[in-house]
Amino acid sequence: MIEMDLGTPPSVSSVLVTLEIDGRPVTVPAGTSVLRAAAELGVQIPKLCATDSLQAFGSCRLCLVEIAGRRGTPASCTTPVEPGMKVATQTARLAKLRRGTMELYISDHPLDCLTCAANGDCELQDMAGAVGLREVRYGYAGENHLVATKDESNPYFTFDPAKCIVCSRCVRACEETQGTFALTILGRGFDSKVSAGNMDFLDSECVSCGACVQACPTATLIEKSVIEQGQPEHAVITTCAYCGVGCTFKAEMRGNDVVRMVPFKDGKANHGHSCVKGRFAWGYTTHKERMLKPMVRAKITDAWREVSWEEAIGHAASELRRIQAQYGRDAIGGITSSRCTNEETFLVQKMIRAAFGNNNVDTCARVCHSPTGYGLKTTFGTSAGTQDFDSVDEADVILVIGANPTDAHPVFASRMKRRLRSGARLIVLDPRKIDLVETPHVRADYHLALRPGTNVAVVNALAHVIVTEGLANHAFIAERCEAADFARWREFISQPQNSPEATEAISGVPAADVRGAARLYSTGGNAAIYYGLGVTEHSQGSTMVMGMANLSMVTGNIGRRGVGVNPLRGQNNVQGACDMGSFPHEFSGYRHVSDDATRHLFEAAWGVPLEGEPGLRIPNMLDAAVEGSFRGIYVQGEDIAQSDPNTHHVTAALRNMECVIVQDLFLNETASFAHVFLPGSSFLEKDGTFTNAERRIGRVRKALPPRNGKADWEVTCALSEALGYPMPYTHPSEIMDEIARLTPTFSGVSYAKLDELGSLQWPCTENAPEGTPIMHTGGFVRGKGRFMITAFVPTDERTTARFPLILTTGRILSQYNVGAQTRRTSNVVWHDEDVLEIHPSDAENRGILDGDLVALKSRAGEISLRARVSERMQPGVVYTTFHHPATGANVVTTEFSDWATSCPEYKVTAVEVRRTVTPSEWQTHYHEEREITTRRAGD
Amino acid sequence: MDTADMVHQANQIAQFFSSYSEAEAVAGIEDHLRKFWPPRMRTQLVAHLERGGEGLSSLALKASSQLR
Repeated sequence: MIEMDLGTPPSVSSVLVTLEIDGRPVTVPAGTSVLRAAAELGVQIPKLCATDSLQAFGSCRLCLVEIAGRRGTPASCTTPVEPGMKVATQTARLAKLRRGTMELYISDHPLDCLTCAANGDCELQDMAGAVGLREVRYGYAGENHLVATKDESNPYFTFDPAKCIVCSRCVRACEETQGTFALTILGRGFDSKVSAGNMDFLDSECVSCGACVQACPTATLIEKSVIEQGQPEHAVITTCAYCGVGCTFKAEMRGNDVVRMVPFKDGKANHGHSCVKGRFAWGYTTHKERMLKPMVRAKITDAWREVSWEEAIGHAASELRRIQAQYGRDAIGGITSSRCTNEETFLVQKMIRAAFGNNNVDTCARVCHSPTGYGLKTTFGTSAGTQDFDSVDEADVILVIGANPTDAHPVFASRMKRRLRSGARLIVLDPRKIDLVETPHVRADYHLALRPGTNVAVVNALAHVIVTEGLANHAFIAERCEAADFARWREFISQPQNSPEATEAISGVPAADVRGAARLYSTGGNAAIYYGLGVTEHSQGSTMVMGMANLSMVTGNIGRRGVGVNPLRGQNNVQGACDMGSFPHEFSGYRHVSDDATRHLFEAAWGVPLEGEPGLRIPNMLDAAVEGSFRGIYVQGEDIAQSDPNTHHVTAALRNMECVIVQDLFLNETASFAHVFLPGSSFLEKDGTFTNAERRIGRVRKALPPRNGKADWEVTCALSEALGYPMPYTHPSEIMDEIARLTPTFSGVSYAKLDELGSLQWPCTENAPEGTPIMHTGGFVRGKGRFMITAFVPTDERTTARFPLILTTGRILSQYNVGAQTRRTSNVVWHDEDVLEIHPSDAENRGILDGDLVALKSRAGEISLRARVSERMQPGVVYTTFHHPATGANVVTTEFSDWATSCPEYKVTAVEVRRTVTPSEWQTHYHEEREITTRRAGD
Repeated sequence: MDTADMVHQANQIAQFFSSYSEAEAVAGIEDHLRKFWPPRMRTQLVAHLERGGEGLSSLALKASSQLR
């Protein structure tokens, strides 16, 4: 369970140096510390302030060594290797020095090892043993820190300064690993102490990533769960079930109880780092509201009745078949989840295509990154980000568009901030002043604070500057792109209406800033685009994705490390759910259902004829339900009643259905309209894989048995069998084997290979059996890159005198998506309700003070929530989150959507805000109805 | 689906392709409708077209007529 700590980070030098340590030769890259060289040789030099995730610090005076020909006893952590160096790590002189140092440490440390929570996992304890400490000559009665007050304000960890040795590992972890700089060493000499800005942790700038806890060599910073439960006794390596970064974790266990989640050092997406959600917010898996028994009811106003799995599955299947007999084969469908595994989503779409006999399958990417699929496939040839996360280390210019990485993709944001602190330049294109615009030691060169809905105007203006100022990379374009498409695009983009001076009136972004940003992007070295839902969730979402692809191609910033176009996927398995054929028009690997060869391949494998026409998208299903031609749905792990736009419309559709089957951990909002509830299993309780935003397929490993009795894939198999289409898998590895057989980009992927290599980035092909970290290196997947004309079209959602403000919605650090998981953890300490951010001038004009209850109204609906007056917003724009169902943020959002993919335009809703003293009518009704629709028999 | 919504969506698609020559645009719109719209929506669009196609842009009208 204990990973080897080599003391200092690795050197990337290609020059090798040979030296001798304790008489044994060792060869390491130049720049390696003596401490690390010794560790690689298997020689353990005592250390306390050194750890290989942090730069050497040289303060603890334990890792001293003697070097032939040199005076003194240098710290091995800060001493780089040199050719021919002869190092001694164990001498009488060193032993005496180390013991003396340890005596000083221990003279000011509580002697409570047997009752300390870190007993058995304490580096101070280990080092006392390693240096042979037998006595403390100074005694324990001198001045000390043993009565220092413990800080227990953070819900997940404690800070006990009495146990602190002031090694600065926590401070450095906060700086180097996380990039928040919330911690410091306050005072000098004996008064030196770790401080979160001279306030308690909860009130400080700490973001609870836990890097300090992980770095702490004592029990000073330690998880409350370890204090409560004791040290773990085994660990399971798995993949986080939160955002699209896809961090690898060790689930550290005692029996079937999770003690803590520790980010895995060898995880290729996170390299040992984590955020507050992944590391700490797993308590929902044992929350009292977790549903563990199947339930059915005839009407949504009936109380739920617990039944056996057999009865629930049998009832669901017979209802689906009844509906098909009565209303037609196409009257039912299903939704796969980005929160479920690849294997589970593959099975759901397989069941729908093979057992339902139609293509009415869709996934929650419909409402987030479907434009990414359309835009990148059209221009590059495939629907995926182009880089691995590590590529950001080689970016010289980072262009962040419509993304808020420090909140939504925090572990990758830390990586990005590290690169920015070391010199990369930053351009942010976002209506809000997101944290990345100005954060410790990082300041954006340009913040293009555009009006919501004008992305395409700005991306066109950037390209206009590049083309008209002669900054295009014509050699790249000539070699790699379609000439005719480029010529046509060049003519379009050069037109005056695309100039920054012309678009300024549309976007509100000063022309000079656009020109400066365009010059920086095109001439600043490797330029990389990272983007989020602020790009996709617009009526021109797909157009904007193509606009960004154009930008990368015109400057040649694609096809090598440090560049590219990178979607930051919202949920853990958005990429995977899309890869697995969850869309109604395509099979796994993004192959259209009308392609005869592909369809015949699946027909042969699955033994049934398959439909060759696209099925219904989620909004099509909802429209058809309102009309009465769509009557049954199977929803695995999604909550469309909370997450999808225009709640009135969504719930009207669900109400109109005769059989809604919800499979989830909790009685979510959609379950209020369900007739069959099938309890789901958490990521800790099943095997499978997730695919993160860099196309990395990572294993999800079962750490404990499913609390509900069945993993989600087993539930789908049971339902399919009841429908007369058995899918007799005995383990998810067999599902992956089938995926690999049927999907060219997953060729050769297997659990054995994933276990061997840790993870794999698709495409995995004959030529790239171990995956493809960087795409489009020699040529684009489609052959030559295709420039697309991206004319700006204003959204039809316009501000008016009645609705003069624009609402955008998004998420925050401590909560995740609809909040089903994070609301059921202590993360509510940071965010227990959705609030409306509003600019001071807009607030003042309406007589609104910070904390006031306000009514937020659009043409779709009205809700009430608290106002937060904030200069992060620009005048005319308000912002809220959708984490809490009682807020009902999507009551306000509308039906407008992306022209190509129907992705909702969450980012632009015309609204008005006014003070109020009451909940909205919808909210009042919501609470009443929720009480009725979640009743269980016997309540 | 609601006819007005359908017309709005068809026009949105047509507007994207309107940057291209008419022949390319009509082909592009038709291809998009065939690849992404389920048959029931295409049928509804054709039925609307046969009732005069009120609200459809000229490109959307031309592309829709290819679906007959």
